[in-house]
Amino acid sequence: FSPSLASRPPSRLRPAGGLGSFAAKMPAVSKGDGMRGLAVFISDIRNCKSKEAEIKRINKELGYLFISVLVNSNTSRNPTFMGLALHCIANVGSREMAEAFAGEIPKILVAGDTMDSVKQSAALCLLRLYRTSPDLVPMGDWTSRVVHLLNDQHLGVVTAATSLITTLAQKNPDEFKTSVSLAVSRLSRIVTSASTDLQDYTYYFVPAPWLSVKLLRLLQCYPPPDPSARGRLTECLETILNKAQEPPKSKKVQHSNAKNAVLFEAISLIIHHDSEPNLLVRACNQLGQFLQHRETNLRYLALESMCTLASSEFSHEAVKTHIETVINALKTERDVSVRQRAVDLLYAMCDRSNAQQIVAEMLNYLETADYSIREEIVLKVAILAEKYAVDYTWYVDTILNLIRIAGDYVSEEVWYRVIQIVINRDDVQGYAAKTVFEALQAPACHENLVKVGGYILGEFGNLIAGDPRSSPLIQFNLLHSKFHLCSVPTRALLLSTYIKFVNLFPEIKTTIQDVLRSDSQLKNADVELQQRAVEYLRLSTIASTDILATVLEEMPPFPERESSILAKLKKKKGPNTVTDLEETKKERNSDMNGSTEATLVNSTPSPSADLLGLGAAPVTNSFPPPSSSGSLLVDVFSDTSANPASLAPGSEDNFARFVCKNNGVLFENQLLQIGLKSEFRQNLGRMFIFYGNKTSTQFLNFSPTLICSEDLQSNILSFDPTVEGGAQVQQIVNIECISDFMEAPVLNIQFRYGGALQNVSVKLPITLNKFFQPTEMGSQDFFQRWKQLSSPQQEMQNIFKANHPLDTEITKAKIIGFGTALLEDVDPNPANFVGAGIIHTKSSQIGCLMRLEPNLQAQMYRLTLRTSKETVSRRLCELLSEQF
Amino acid sequence: MIKFFLMVNKQGQTRLSRYYEYMDLHKRTILETEVIKQCLSRSKEQCSFIEYKDFKLVYRQYAALFIVVGINETENEMAVYELIHNFVEVLDKYFSRVSELDVSFLFNQLMKSSCCLRWACNGFKVVPYFDLAVGS
Repeated sequence: FSPSLASRPPSRLRPAGGLGSFAAKMPAVSKGDGMRGLAVFISDIRNCKSKEAEIKRINKELGYLFISVLVNSNTSRNPTFMGLALHCIANVGSREMAEAFAGEIPKILVAGDTMDSVKQSAALCLLRLYRTSPDLVPMGDWTSRVVHLLNDQHLGVVTAATSLITTLAQKNPDEFKTSVSLAVSRLSRIVTSASTDLQDYTYYFVPAPWLSVKLLRLLQCYPPPDPSARGRLTECLETILNKAQEPPKSKKVQHSNAKNAVLFEAISLIIHHDSEPNLLVRACNQLGQFLQHRETNLRYLALESMCTLASSEFSHEAVKTHIETVINALKTERDVSVRQRAVDLLYAMCDRSNAQQIVAEMLNYLETADYSIREEIVLKVAILAEKYAVDYTWYVDTILNLIRIAGDYVSEEVWYRVIQIVINRDDVQGYAAKTVFEALQAPACHENLVKVGGYILGEFGNLIAGDPRSSPLIQFNLLHSKFHLCSVPTRALLLSTYIKFVNLFPEIKTTIQDVLRSDSQLKNADVELQQRAVEYLRLSTIASTDILATVLEEMPPFPERESSILAKLKKKKGPNTVTDLEETKKERNSDMNGSTEATLVNSTPSPSADLLGLGAAPVTNSFPPPSSSGSLLVDVFSDTSANPASLAPGSEDNFARFVCKNNGVLFENQLLQIGLKSEFRQNLGRMFIFYGNKTSTQFLNFSPTLICSEDLQSNILSFDPTVEGGAQVQQIVNIECISDFMEAPVLNIQFRYGGALQNVSVKLPITLNKFFQPTEMGSQDFFQRWKQLSSPQQEMQNIFKANHPLDTEITKAKIIGFGTALLEDVDPNPANFVGAGIIHTKSSQIGCLMRLEPNLQAQMYRLTLRTSKETVSRRLCELLSEQF
Repeated sequence: MIKFFLMVNKQGQTRLSRYYEYMDLHKRTILETEVIKQCLSRSKEQCSFIEYKDFKLVYRQYAALFIVVGINETENEMAVYELIHNFVEVLDKYFSRVSELDVSFLFNQLMKSSCCLRWACNGFKVVPYFDLAVGS
């Protein structure tokens, strides 16, 4: 006699419920009973210390149960029990199940004597276990046998096998590549009506539609097959496409739905292979027909499919022909998901020819779009506008429109970008200033517009100050009228604009100072605003005009860096981002089986740093605009190979360019950009070196050193050795020319990036001609001095082939940039160029005369330099010869 | 991959739910209410595919009952759409003109013994696109 367990209190305090309490309610089992296993089980459960332990114990028990059913005795190979066991394993699908069974189930799957229904369950069970624990399912001999299941007569088996292979092939493509030809032949047998394969499984006159879809999906795991199978596959796909055109065998909607399911999957496969232009165009036409179908489902699916089609080179043009239909869909569709697909398709089919039209339509749509999708549309419009802008005034207009229509959804990345672009391109600065000024006149404008407007007017307000309608005072009042309506960050930005105005427009200095001086600024509750007001006020009071001008100088151009807009869009949409032609091409070129890695794209060299300087040496050369702005949008993965200590490649070319100009980008590699801005006066010079960190990781121990000859003295001012990712830092070098020198100094930079030591060396373009002072003189004076410098040591002549096309204006500009005065009407031959100047060094001043004679027919030049010092003549001749 | 299979009526009562990936119980109820809300607000001109969070819903209405299937990007939407119909046809044949009551009371018993379900379907020579019991 044993007391009932129910009256015994539980062995430990535990919340009620769960198997523990169930176990407590079981009748007492004495040791003598046959149900020994049960007794052990129950006592184990009751001894468990936690719920997790309970669950583990239960799973273990289930595991033993299943093993006995599946594996052990012969009698247990009852298909019903095996099926049940497999189902239970799959439903639990935990890691413990996978550990126990992942080795066993493949064997059951491929064993000859397994019943069909069990095979089906085994395949699905294995699939489930693989999904939860892919690492526990080992590949082996069974894989080739599984592939043969594709030929099985039992529909359940072949369907399950197809699903299994499709998932496994993602990560182990080689193991299953034999499945391709089998899948093609099976599909072919099903689809061609002549065959009797799986004839019983017709759904409303469509043969085995779901299996067909699965087979087509399986084929999308692999590239186009070998020629032997390819012909068959093409035939098959053509049959499917043909059937879509034939009159339907049944009026029932189920028939057309099933047929279309297969059709869409076939089109998906055609797009994925992207190799048969004929099929692609047919697919495009078919989808084009669906775009105007009665049924919304079909229109939706057609728009979606066409998006992927748009990125194929073969069919891109064909897709573009449907642009009007798509735009119409955007305007008239009642379903927001369908409209979204239309937007995605417009984005995908956009290229230079239709960019303006598409951006205009998207802006139109934006005015009435759902709030949930606005941000995405804003990002897309911003990307398209930047990518396809031929005329940057259009770009500026588009972004300002974006802000006007959907200001709340214009994220920081977008308006930062427009400012970056305006600053980097001087041809659009005036236009931008005018446009923001006009836009700000609107009675209610979005805060983002105030930010952009404030920044742009602060930098370029001077470009429109001449017009009485946008005089400095009007600009200031306009901005200040919005001040109180703005949030703290915007107000901070506006305060900076005000102090920039003090520099640009001294006439309104007192007005601005009054504003800064007011209590609401100086005693503002926000620390940042208060600090700015106080500091700016003080700055405006004590700084001299020169210092103020230096401090508030125009911002230098931003180094070209990855655009964060595309990154943000990808993050928003996840891995299914619809991308346009270029992006998809790169993704295609990567690993076929799904892992996408953006490939390396070299960014084009950035435009010169033309700054409206402080009246220093004039910048006479204009620079070619950046060749393609596509590179602005692509993430650049940095390559961390250390540069050798020898001179960086390409620096020679850049160096030569700097002989006749003072500002620009000296050097660029994937990590670092070095820009220069210099000014010289007599024998002194000052150079600003800008280092831009192009990566997102900081540079540590950043230490530049300058090596120069004795005749050139330099004083390099030190700075913070850490350069943050994406930051640009400035270094000032003061130079004094002691005596004439031949060698250019070398700038050597060492820093740590990502744990590796980097070393960059470039020649710094401080050349003798920088210390030129141009000297005007008349013809008589010139020839007089020319005769005086007639001894052979004083003259240096060079006859050379022209490296650039002979152009008078450019040549004149270069000569002036070189530093001499260009003398007109001196040489009897008007085609010749004559120059004169004085080189200033600390020790002496050297007069120089120059004559350049071009020979248009022979594309050659003769250059003659006469100075009082041989070395100077030689050096100047050398330098100048390279320029032409 | 099919994430879940639901049969929910217009009042928001779930008659059948089958999840093929782990989801907390209370999250399930939230999901079901949201999903039915979305389906109820749709009109006839709208398509049967709803983009919901990071996956899609394919739904079909039969009288007062909505059948909603959640799928990810690896599934063909139209195929799943027809699958729902196929499923309903099978139920119809099995129960002889199936109604919501059948689904609530008798179907759950069936679901528990999945072998029977497959057998039932096999009997009509239209095998489902996927095995409801395991879901793939």
